[in-house]
Amino acid sequence: MLEASLTKKLWHFTLKVELQVDNQILVLLGPSGCGKTTTLTLLAGLFKPDDGYIKLNNQTLYSSAGKINKPPQSRDIGYLFQNCALFPHMTVRQNVFYGLKSKRYRQAGSALDPVELLDSFGVGHLIDRYPSQLSGGEKQRVALARALIVQPKLLLLDEPFSALDRKTKTGLRQELKRLHQQWQIPFVLVTHDEEDARFLGDAIVTIENGQVRKHSLNVVSA
Amino acid sequence: MVFFSEMDWHPVILSVRVAIIATIIVTCLGVPLTRFMARKEFYGKDFLEAAITLPMVLPPSVVGYGLLMLIGKNGLFGRILADMGVTLVFTWYAAVIAATVVAFPLMYQSAKAAFMSVDLDFEKAARTLGASEVRIFFTVTLPLAWPGILAGLVLTFARALGEFGATLMVAGNIPGLTQTIPTAIYFAVESGKDVLARTLVVIITVFSFCVIFWVNRWAKKQNY
Repeated sequence: MLEASLTKKLWHFTLKVELQVDNQILVLLGPSGCGKTTTLTLLAGLFKPDDGYIKLNNQTLYSSAGKINKPPQSRDIGYLFQNCALFPHMTVRQNVFYGLKSKRYRQAGSALDPVELLDSFGVGHLIDRYPSQLSGGEKQRVALARALIVQPKLLLLDEPFSALDRKTKTGLRQELKRLHQQWQIPFVLVTHDEEDARFLGDAIVTIENGQVRKHSLNVVSA
Repeated sequence: MVFFSEMDWHPVILSVRVAIIATIIVTCLGVPLTRFMARKEFYGKDFLEAAITLPMVLPPSVVGYGLLMLIGKNGLFGRILADMGVTLVFTWYAAVIAATVVAFPLMYQSAKAAFMSVDLDFEKAARTLGASEVRIFFTVTLPLAWPGILAGLVLTFARALGEFGATLMVAGNIPGLTQTIPTAIYFAVESGKDVLARTLVVIITVFSFCVIFWVNRWAKKQNY
């Protein structure tokens, strides 16, 4: 369960969001430049809010009142970047293993098999390729595997379909939904596309100029 | 040309040694400093940046004069060092210092451009995967900035090898002790030793060409 209330002054407006999501898919919907991606970076700890709090499974990750600000390394939050951000100088295998070599993860112990995970995403045969040799959809799948292999307690997805053609996108959308049911952790997904939002979102938050305009529960979920 | 066996190889050996040590110092100081400067904004950054780049545009004689004011017998640090019984001027250490100061801005400029070209999302992704900042630097930032840093390395080495003006002022031209290829060429020409001058010119030109050629070839293969 994720609970957050955040304020961040940006140069052209003040971002104010309140979120609450159980093990569901929460979609942040809005035009580009409205503060959706910024919200994700605030949650992940890549950018510091001015005020507010973030709680994940009753653990405080950030609190301006309590002067708590956990670094992104210890937040247990997976992040799927819009451009995938796969390390270009590493193979698919090295990319996916990267998170497993972190001290924190090695101490945690329990392990998923990276090869199995890649196989389940249909990209197991690409394990020795470099990111530049992958298609857009393959990159997204590898990036998903890389983010999930460290078993995050929350997954943030920034416009995961923006670089994909229609067919790939529809396929990946369904896979994401299946994946969510399997993982049972909250997903926060950013998109500007209403159709994606309606298809995926259990709840939809519409943001405009940094302000939450509308909270809605998705009843016609596919 | 004089026969190689009869030639005094001291200036050649000293030049290469000075250039290698200066390149190592510039790399060890310059790369971390540049990484810091490329990612952080702080008060006085522009000022510091201008100061770092200055030796690149100043006449070498001005750099040499400045170094004498610092490490000369009556210089700011020179006096302290003299009390400890250490003299830097007119030793080959002074040649290393001169080469380091003059070549530093070249590494700074190349490495800065290289670090700025690394997409910040890669570092952010590594952070969300739990990697420490040190690990991120060595596994993500540095490998991705490597071609630019390598270019800086070559420029630094070439500049250090060719340093003349500042070296002459702080290290002098003592044959066998502080005489480098560039100073040896100058004094060979001045005293009419054309054959020696020509030989040294050929050596330094061929050597520099080979280094740059080889490094460029190698860097080409490293691109992703």
